[in-house]
Amino acid sequence: MSAKTETNASPTFYLVEEEAHDHGDAHASPTPLGFWIYLMSDALIFATLFATYGVLAAGYAGGPTQSELFQLPLVAVNTGLLLLSSITFGMSMLEMQAGKAGAVKLWLALTGLLGAAFVGVELYEFSHLIAEGATPERSAFLSAFFTLVGTHGLHVTFGLIWIVVMLVQLNQRGLSVENQRRMTCLGMFWHLLDVVWIGVFTFVYLLGALQ
Amino acid sequence: MTAHHDAPDGHADAHADDHGSKRSYLIGFLLSVILTAIPFWLVMSGALPGPATAIIVVLLALVQIGVHTYYFLHVNTRSEGGWTLLAFVFTAILVVIVIAGSLWIMYHLHGNMMPMAPQPVVDPSGITAPPMPAAR
Repeated sequence: MSAKTETNASPTFYLVEEEAHDHGDAHASPTPLGFWIYLMSDALIFATLFATYGVLAAGYAGGPTQSELFQLPLVAVNTGLLLLSSITFGMSMLEMQAGKAGAVKLWLALTGLLGAAFVGVELYEFSHLIAEGATPERSAFLSAFFTLVGTHGLHVTFGLIWIVVMLVQLNQRGLSVENQRRMTCLGMFWHLLDVVWIGVFTFVYLLGALQ
Repeated sequence: MTAHHDAPDGHADAHADDHGSKRSYLIGFLLSVILTAIPFWLVMSGALPGPATAIIVVLLALVQIGVHTYYFLHVNTRSEGGWTLLAFVFTAILVVIVIAGSLWIMYHLHGNMMPMAPQPVVDPSGITAPPMPAAR
């Protein structure tokens, strides 16, 4: 009796679990919500980097400016690659719902290739900038630029590592409940990187090229 | 798992809703392509004057963030009982405060920042040198 009273007295945050109980799958796990909250904190890291860039964007110290450095066609290609990788990951999730492990791995591998191409183009861009003398230590603008865009690129790189690990896990255990949960989290991570990239190409590249 | 989805218990539909359907992914992708192509075209062609382009580009970016969040990340009032949406809204507020607040404060403080250029000669009458040009 006392236990029941206690249960009633405590706030019930467990409606979700009750509801998800009859699904009996990865959704009963609290992991996706926890991972989502981690991703939101990651978004805050990017918010501080965006704010830093915004403040320092005009700190050229006599060095090159945005419109002198940025090659928009290259950025457009990169944006397309990341956008395509989002839809290929979506296809992977749909095949997972259909229970087709082979197609899941195929779409996931394609997502990884597109992500790798994105990182490759970005590294090419960075090496090009550095070769031109636009190094991170050249000016406050370039420090903030390399920190912001580099942090995003690093996230994509870790996403690529995760995709490779995920492919190995899918090979070993197929579409188990655990792997479905991991795919859900990986998907959130991957799509959020695309959301951050919207901010990067808009506020850094497009608005920078306008000046 | 497969058995669960094959089972005609009606839960499979609700489940598919949570993780999106092929249609919702394609709608999201199509919208994203349009919302990406327009700002790139505007900036690269210079079809509109600068300030107008900037406003449109920023607005389209905000719309695209919404599209990605809804169609790809499946954030809505139903997913996880609304907690993902709550966390997202809370984070969006913090992001706006951090970015807009930083820009606002630093813009107004810019005149008081240590000059990066060689120090102009201070007038002995005590009138300070004109402030540095504003950041933006």
